[in-house]
Amino acid sequence: MALLEVRDLSVEIATSRGTGFAVRGLNFALERGQTLGIVGESGCGKSMTALALMRLVPENARIGGAILFDGEDLAQADEARLCQIRGNRIAMIFQEPMTSLNPVHTIGRQIAEPLMMHRGLDAASARAEAIRLLDRVGIPEARRRVDSWPHQLSGGQRQRAMIAMALSCGPDILLADEPTTALDVTIQRQILTLIGDLVRDSGMSLILISHDLGVIAETVDSTVVMYGGMAVESGPTARVFAGLAHPYTQGLFAARPQLGQGAGKRLATIAGVVPDLVDLPAGCAFAGRCRLAVQACRVAPPAPQDLGLGHSAACLRLDAAREPAA
Amino acid sequence: MTTSGGWLARALRSGNFLIGAALSGTLALTALVSLFWTPKSATAISIPHRLTQPSGEFPLGTDHFGRDVLSMLMVGAQNSILVGVVAVGIGATLGIALGALASARRGWVEEVVMRLTDFSFAFPAILSAIMLTAILGPGTVNSIIAIGIFNIPLFARVTRGSANAIWAREFILAARAAGKGAFRITLEHVLPNIASVLIVQATIQFALAILAEAGLSYLGLGTQPPQPSWGRMLNEAQTMMFLAPRLAVFPGIAIALAVLGLNLLGDGLRDLFDPKLARKR
Repeated sequence: MALLEVRDLSVEIATSRGTGFAVRGLNFALERGQTLGIVGESGCGKSMTALALMRLVPENARIGGAILFDGEDLAQADEARLCQIRGNRIAMIFQEPMTSLNPVHTIGRQIAEPLMMHRGLDAASARAEAIRLLDRVGIPEARRRVDSWPHQLSGGQRQRAMIAMALSCGPDILLADEPTTALDVTIQRQILTLIGDLVRDSGMSLILISHDLGVIAETVDSTVVMYGGMAVESGPTARVFAGLAHPYTQGLFAARPQLGQGAGKRLATIAGVVPDLVDLPAGCAFAGRCRLAVQACRVAPPAPQDLGLGHSAACLRLDAAREPAA
Repeated sequence: MTTSGGWLARALRSGNFLIGAALSGTLALTALVSLFWTPKSATAISIPHRLTQPSGEFPLGTDHFGRDVLSMLMVGAQNSILVGVVAVGIGATLGIALGALASARRGWVEEVVMRLTDFSFAFPAILSAIMLTAILGPGTVNSIIAIGIFNIPLFARVTRGSANAIWAREFILAARAAGKGAFRITLEHVLPNIASVLIVQATIQFALAILAEAGLSYLGLGTQPPQPSWGRMLNEAQTMMFLAPRLAVFPGIAIALAVLGLNLLGDGLRDLFDPKLARKR
């Protein structure tokens, strides 16, 4: 049995204009120690998926489907049970390290708190553990830094402190929602390497959410490409990146800057904008922007087609999309 | 500003804060001194000395019973501070609890709490205080309760408003992701972040409580004789307005200075707590 199995997950948000479908019919499984990436552009439902796994969606959102964690359906769990799991067995790090730490407490206290709460450690041993964790995530002079306030740390150091907080209870799954987006490139690299090392050392599973294909390619075993709240392509990262089956995945790849591309050359773009989640098309969400779309694409959302070795893509025109000279 | 030195330096440059702190400090000190020493007894009646002009023996003169006005004002300060502290204490404790609850629970709980505060705002505060003391009977304790009850919706509203803003912040989401329940988050994350707003509100409510107590005592519903109270001194001075106007002037000045001082202190604290506001001035 997989450590985490998501079945037919949906997130519906009640807005003043009607119901928005942020996530629709999402399925994936994550084994212990495995790493999974969710990639897609802004508004594709990837962050909402992460929040749904923790049952932290906004109040006006409703979750459907099943989130089986160790055989227990988190979609049905009550708040008290969720509090036992959050931060303890599933931990999360966020995009904005600048605002994710409470400005009125020292970082040492913020790291020690989950330990005292979930692990029942006393203040002194929690503090010692906080120093060890700060040291582990590469904050220099951890013994002194443990008493620092969030505003005294740089962005990269704060993200390290956030990671230390998330790791404190030795979670089974680490959920990282765009953990490097707010950081500059060199720090991004360090943080990703750190997350990779920690995942390998502790044997925990990782769900990494990003819009950056490079980050996904280097960090995770398997990848889900999301568009319009649905998984359009999924499979082992190497297979997805080599195969590029779905026209949307192809578009994402073509739009990425490349070394040696030549000055003055414009980046390729995917024409059009992300569909409105309140007013989604009846058929394939990508049909409006797809160069290969035919009438059948606009009738019903296409079912995932198996491409072998765990790789699948939800597209009716896979054959046309995979022609090399397309 | 990261150091206490920076905070102190800004405090020393803030005129509002300095004047406010000086006036409020004087009020507190006067009340404290009067516990041990007053120039004369504040309650001893001495008919031969009635309505004497200010002199060396009676710095602010005497009233129609020959009581020393300065001593009465000093003891009256105790009364004002007692009313302020206890009334604000009652209002702040219950109001902050209700406001924080409304903010943490949202939904129908928030609706019920907020509609109740709206309901209480619909009555003029002094009228309701009169009604309460009429039911409970006049006296210092009952006027404190009446004023305290009036502070509850004010604190509930301010707490809920500022707490809602904090609940929307990202570190609250991070705290929830760490497995903290609403109660813990309120205590550890929400309240410390809105403490500055609440402290400012408390100083201003303190001033209003002193004013309200003076008002109730003036109407004869507050502190009862012989315990001196600024409000009742004003009331008693009324009949003597043309004979000895100073009897109304001195307690009037005392009330005005106390209220002004606390308001300035509140303003000054707000400026100090809010660096954005401080820079603009």
